[in-house]
Amino acid sequence: MSAATMAAAAPPPAAAAGPRLLEIAGLKVHFRTDDGWVRAVDGVDIGVDRGETLCVVGESGCGKTVTAMTILKLIAMPPGKIVAGSILWQGRDLVPLGPDQMRAIRAKEIGFVFQEPMTSLNPVYTVGEQIAEAVRQHEGLSRRAARDRAAEMLRLVNIPNPQRRVDDYPHQFSGGMRQRVMIAMALSCNPKLLIADEPTTALDVTIQAQILDLMQEMKERLGMAVLLITHAMGVVAETAQRVVVMYAGQVVEEAPVEALFGRPMHPYTQGLIRSIPRLDLAATEHRRLEAIPGTVPSLLNPPAGCRFAARCRHAIPACSAAPPPLREVTPGHLAACIRAEEIS
Amino acid sequence: MAAPAARKRVGPWGEAWRRFRKHRLAVVSAVVLAVLILGVLVGPLFWTLPIDEIDFSARLAGPSWAHPLGNDDLGQDLLARIMYGGRISLAVGFAAMAVAVTVGVAVGAIAGMAGGKLDAVLMWVTDLFLSLPQLPLLLLIIYLFRDSLKEVVGPEVGVFILIVTIIGLFNWMQVARLVRAQFFSLREKEFVEAARALGASRWRLVTRHILPNALGPVIVAATIDIAAAIIAESTLSFLGLGFPPDIPTWGRLLFDAKDNLDFAPHWAIFPGLAIFLTVVSINFLGDGLRDALDPRRVI
Repeated sequence: MSAATMAAAAPPPAAAAGPRLLEIAGLKVHFRTDDGWVRAVDGVDIGVDRGETLCVVGESGCGKTVTAMTILKLIAMPPGKIVAGSILWQGRDLVPLGPDQMRAIRAKEIGFVFQEPMTSLNPVYTVGEQIAEAVRQHEGLSRRAARDRAAEMLRLVNIPNPQRRVDDYPHQFSGGMRQRVMIAMALSCNPKLLIADEPTTALDVTIQAQILDLMQEMKERLGMAVLLITHAMGVVAETAQRVVVMYAGQVVEEAPVEALFGRPMHPYTQGLIRSIPRLDLAATEHRRLEAIPGTVPSLLNPPAGCRFAARCRHAIPACSAAPPPLREVTPGHLAACIRAEEIS
Repeated sequence: MAAPAARKRVGPWGEAWRRFRKHRLAVVSAVVLAVLILGVLVGPLFWTLPIDEIDFSARLAGPSWAHPLGNDDLGQDLLARIMYGGRISLAVGFAAMAVAVTVGVAVGAIAGMAGGKLDAVLMWVTDLFLSLPQLPLLLLIIYLFRDSLKEVVGPEVGVFILIVTIIGLFNWMQVARLVRAQFFSLREKEFVEAARALGASRWRLVTRHILPNALGPVIVAATIDIAAAIIAESTLSFLGLGFPPDIPTWGRLLFDAKDNLDFAPHWAIFPGLAIFLTVVSINFLGDGLRDALDPRRVI
């Protein structure tokens, strides 16, 4: 996909000037196992523009987390291996960079928030020390200045009494508070992109909304882009401007959020949207929750054609013949389905 | 700040101290150990009787006002000898522990971080050391090297270095296994991953994030190592292969006392008591430290 088509769909102000913030092209990440190479990510193109929220959605094992971790090279290599593709960060390819160069990018340029707030903080340091750690490494602040910055970050993520809480240990915080601390850590060096890998999955529903609101607020205040990994369509509808749907290590659909929910083109996306629990329907029609039949194909030896064909209600023989290309069906709306026009 | 001060806010060391104080046995042990250490360090300044003043009239005499812990078969004052020997026994214990922990942490950390072939080789070496019969080997090594080292750095320092090194090199295996196991579990923890995502280097991950979390068990193992080293030194001295006969370490005192147990039990009881008190209080101290230094544990 080119920058020009994106600009047509949802013109971000900076899209025209220079390279995109993040441009992943043809990325393939494989993992070696005793049974052979697992193709966890198998030819993924994702682009993120300055200041936008992009959601990557898909079920467990579709490669969304591996894609996100690969951007910062956080996957273990070996057994993982970037087989092909490029990750252009503001026009500069991150794939060939060494560990030291990657360290300079982590937190400083791209922040990362993990799924599990309960265990993502080091139990032996105060939260202040942990927030300050990144700042001190990347910006060389003094201990005192870093502590002040840490308190300021805690205030920014709406933790009451930050001057006091900065000296508390992680076990003195609740799950939602810890996720706020994680966000504060990720944002402490003012990154241009925040990658959040299912940041709300481990939290209560009420806390989920607070965290999503917080990320939205931070994004607007700090003017950064957000790459949100999730499997919850509700989270997507609430936060995203653009959505990438992944299935079995590949992108199957990409669209602005209204277009995706309004006119989903890939049968997998349609299935995902149909399987959202709806209280209004359940109450009136006693309907069972719809599910997508079948299971995800093995990534050890994926089918030759469309990887969703075996579970697809619209599949025709041609689907299994060759992998369907990701193509622009309507402006800004891409889908990897040969029958996208007829079934949407 | 008008916060309801539920508890006074203290720094991490103050917090550790607060937790430590709740461990009554550890506090008592710390006091006992402090008295012992202080006693052997400054005691000789006040108890100025020489350790080698021979007085046959007081031969094998029991405790008296002039000699609170009695005299040995040459009439030498036992209190002075125990205080002097305690310095060496304790120094050997701490120094050997330092050697053991340093080697153990290094081996364990390297094995735990590297994994794979290097890990296999290091653990093979660890198992090899564990399977060696220690005492015969200690005796053999000391027998082989004592004289040559004596010529280079003098009898006392030479034997000290030799004993500390050897005891240390025979006690690092437990620490290494402990640290390796801790590293294996800790390096997969989310907070290590999170620190990596914040741009921490490998060295920083190890020293700031993994090692401090592995420290609790290491502290306990280290205290056990001190105790084991003191006992090992006593054993060597008891067997007559430790320090020269004129240096009355606690083990050496026992060695000298063993032939007169029937007539002068005090000669063996007091050095034995010193060893016992030191080892026991160090072990309790280790327990207390582990609890105090672990912020996850609520006390």
